Amino acid sequence: MKMTIADVEQVARLARLELTAEDKELFAGQMDAILGYVEKLKELNTDGIVPTSHAVPMENAFRADVVRPSIGLEKALANAPEKTGTFFVVPKVIE
Amino acid sequence: MKYQPVIGLEVHVQLLTDTKIFCGCSTTFGSEPNSQTCPVCLGLPGALPVLNGTVVEYAIKAGLSTNCTITPRSIFARKNYFYPDLPKGYQISQFEDPICQNGWLDITLAGQEPKRIGITRIHMEEDAGKLVHGDSGMGDGSGVDLNRACTPLLEVVSEPDLRSSDEAVAYLKQLHQIVTWLGICDGNMEEGSFRCDANVSVMPVGSKTLGTRAEIKNVNSFKFVKQAIEYEILRQIDLIEDGGTVVQETRLFDPNSGKTRSMRSKEEAHDYRYFPDPDLVPLVISDQWVERSRSELPELPGQRQQRFMTDLGLLPYDAEVLTASRALSDYFEAGVAVHDNAKAVANWVMGEITRALNDSGTSIDACPVPPERLAELLKLIDNGTISGKIAKTVFDEMWKSGKAPLTIVEEQGLVQVSDSGAIEGIIDEILAANAGQVEEYRSGKEKVFGFFVGQVMKASKGKANPALVNELLVSRLKG
Amino acid sequence: MNIFDMTIHELHGALKGKQLSSLEATTALLKRIESVEPQIGSFITVTAEQALAAARSADQRIARGEGTPLTGIPLALKDIFLTEGVRTTCGSRILSNFIPPYSAASWEKLRDQGAVLLGKLNQDEFAMGSSNESSAYGITRNPWDTSRIPGGSSGGSAAAVAAGQAIATLGTDTGGSIRQPASHCGCVGLKPTYGRVSRYGVIAYASSLDQVGPLTRDVADCALMLEAVAGYDPKDSTSVDTPVPDYSAALTGGVKGLRIGLPKEYFIDGLDPDVQKAMTAAIDTFRRLGAEFVDISLPHTDYAVATYYLIATAEASSNLARYDGVRFGHRAQADNLLDMYTKSRSEGFGTEVKRRIMLGTYALSSGYYDAYYVKAQKVRTLIMNDFISAFTGVDVMLTPVAPTPAFKIGEKINDPLQMYLSDIFTIPVNLAGTCAMSLPAGFSAEGLPIGLQLIGKPFGEETILRAGYAFEQATEWHTRKATL
Repeated sequence: MKMTIADVEQVARLARLELTAEDKELFAGQMDAILGYVEKLKELNTDGIVPTSHAVPMENAFRADVVRPSIGLEKALANAPEKTGTFFVVPKVIE
Repeated sequence: MKYQPVIGLEVHVQLLTDTKIFCGCSTTFGSEPNSQTCPVCLGLPGALPVLNGTVVEYAIKAGLSTNCTITPRSIFARKNYFYPDLPKGYQISQFEDPICQNGWLDITLAGQEPKRIGITRIHMEEDAGKLVHGDSGMGDGSGVDLNRACTPLLEVVSEPDLRSSDEAVAYLKQLHQIVTWLGICDGNMEEGSFRCDANVSVMPVGSKTLGTRAEIKNVNSFKFVKQAIEYEILRQIDLIEDGGTVVQETRLFDPNSGKTRSMRSKEEAHDYRYFPDPDLVPLVISDQWVERSRSELPELPGQRQQRFMTDLGLLPYDAEVLTASRALSDYFEAGVAVHDNAKAVANWVMGEITRALNDSGTSIDACPVPPERLAELLKLIDNGTISGKIAKTVFDEMWKSGKAPLTIVEEQGLVQVSDSGAIEGIIDEILAANAGQVEEYRSGKEKVFGFFVGQVMKASKGKANPALVNELLVSRLKG
Repeated sequence: MNIFDMTIHELHGALKGKQLSSLEATTALLKRIESVEPQIGSFITVTAEQALAAARSADQRIARGEGTPLTGIPLALKDIFLTEGVRTTCGSRILSNFIPPYSAASWEKLRDQGAVLLGKLNQDEFAMGSSNESSAYGITRNPWDTSRIPGGSSGGSAAAVAAGQAIATLGTDTGGSIRQPASHCGCVGLKPTYGRVSRYGVIAYASSLDQVGPLTRDVADCALMLEAVAGYDPKDSTSVDTPVPDYSAALTGGVKGLRIGLPKEYFIDGLDPDVQKAMTAAIDTFRRLGAEFVDISLPHTDYAVATYYLIATAEASSNLARYDGVRFGHRAQADNLLDMYTKSRSEGFGTEVKRRIMLGTYALSSGYYDAYYVKAQKVRTLIMNDFISAFTGVDVMLTPVAPTPAFKIGEKINDPLQMYLSDIFTIPVNLAGTCAMSLPAGFSAEGLPIGLQLIGKPFGEETILRAGYAFEQATEWHTRKATL
């Protein structure tokens, strides 16, 4: 498999990253090497093997439906790059 | 060429929990923007979701009430996409192994046989926040309010089994009735508690191949669902007839124009990169859990409708009207429990009660006349204490004052006169004063009989027992 | 003895015995930080004023007789732990102005005991790295040889302990990020079993692998710190509700009869001769102490790095989607939404983070998900099963932590795959979810520390602490100090 510049661009678009021309070249080569390396997993027959999401078996963690205090408007907005008194503000969203 | 529309619905049901699905923030509607938020629903670094157990209970109830199978082991997945109302850059939802699968609802259109509509799946997920435009201080930008972010939703996905806008609305209404009946959703479509996306396509009649579908987003009333689907069907047929092709896209319904339009923001092809959310653990639902939940289910509207017909002898139409909502139906049953005349209780609930509620804009839960009081009133009619006509007067007074019917009857002296002597006295006076009409009657114009009844009732101030008045009048006039 | 070189238990004794106050100790540490920081670069943020205030209140608490073993002890945290009101960067430019409104559960536990926070420690950006070279706040240098890396990603946490800049620290370990820097800097580092310590308030790299753990100057301190931070947290769905043992009480008892496994896949030809020598010596020591050795096999070891880099990057690509410039963090100048996202993220993230986001996004994308992500999850099952079956015959495993001692700054920076392969001995433990500890086991000819790894069964922290303690009592490696 060969990672093309177009592939890199497509992935970058999905990840909302903007790469320089140099980065694209660099990443295409490096991702190619890494993906080439992980090809080795194909050596293993994993038919019928259950995929593991968590190494420690766990299930059913619930929270009671009881209201807990919110952190408050001021704290919620404290780190906002742009805000009004009550809203986070972003460039216009066109629907 | 004739075309066959094919419709599938995806309904988002906002659950009536006190807190959000993955954090303890309140779900109260209409609070100050961003005031009901915490690190979890703001998507702050380091915050982790913990599942609200009540959401699971509600999802199982919804599944069992729509004939679904409850998945023994289901998982949560992340749906990855960027949008300002989605704080984490992914929505926690279910993808593979949703909690409920393979259900159905039977719908019946007037004059048609029941039709079974398949339900592919029901899954749990978190809602997104809201975007606001044009508020002060935002300039040209958009505002983000995350109060709604992370509130619990069920997404109910139907099979593409619906063939007309009427079927779609019937299915939607039935689903709406069930979730409100279960008390897991307030059903408020304007506030977005029950929202519908419709997948619409058309194909030539007889074709086996489905056409390309358009997804119409967030249609927030039954009327709009009907309009949007009908518009979309015609748009697609026109397009095909003109030699065009339908493209798969997301469209937005505009209630002002009654039209749908393409959504620019959703043009980009998505690759949601679903994968199991490592912050959450598998949800394992045992058979015992399912059975416990099943045993806790209320009698569902369909079942209750059937019982009203078989056990209480109601007509199908009446049974349907009286099961329109659980509150109305419970009201009716509470009335019947006190006074064992289902027919009379049904007539009054569908008549006077409904009228009075509509006139005053009151909901059945807040009805000033409790069902037990209504039953007492009907008892007074059936045991002859008051006439049906007087009962309406008493009812108005009950509505206004909240007093018990017997109290009103006694206070206002409205007890029915069933004393033959007293009524005969009144009849004699009326006949004497209306000799001309008596002549007419006796010469064969029996229509004037009604006139005499009216006069007698009027003279008795409505209190005379109408049956007795009839009986005595007949014998006097014939005699 | 220098105050800044004391262990927790030594300092606790001195505080309790009133030979020292927390204020004196904290002042000594802050001075030490000031003097060696230009050489080392362990800290991103030093919180001197808050530290002095916390020390004063700890002294009052001790005076009232309400102190615990951690009251008044000056500690520092990897900058991945959220600290309310104190900037938390995770080594990234994208969080250069982020002041968290809440604190990590593990830090809250330490703080509630009266521990003193000296500051926030340097790390690889978003914990992605094995050398601390990917931090946006400059590199950290190894106190034993400042031309070398301290290891990563908890490089600052290890270097600070080794350089006398904190009595103990907390780090996180996703693929070796506590153990490998502990090994390179000559300190003790423990990665607990997955679910043992709450992840709440710890910035996520790879959620199914991340664990919080201590870096300390000896095994006794390690037990103290672990006991303080371990335990069930209802705010973390993946935390496990099992009682926290008295780890300090578990230290003694020795290793007589302990069955120690030597996985053959970890003693390979490419192993550095000095590392090999240290392992042989360690095995002799344990044998002398009465332990028995068993040759075992973990047959899927060779697939661990590939498995790890698919799972970790996939989870990371999603975990790092929240850094979008909307609610917090860096936002670039942009007049439309798409530009706001791409420019903020591209300016905010460094190269290694971008590389891993790219890899992970690719591994999850349509058409590749089954071949990469699901395949990796299946191989993860095989790796886990290796451990389960090996542990039927042994109580612990002994392996090297890293194939070589600390490498030179810049040596592997341009070859990510080589960098990734240096984590070969630590990664399988994270995939298997079990616990492991790195402790000092010798020095290379060049005077660089070499660590040995003791791997325990899930929730077998007591056993590895006991074995480590016995080894430590029989050796003097942990008493050596880097000269600065």
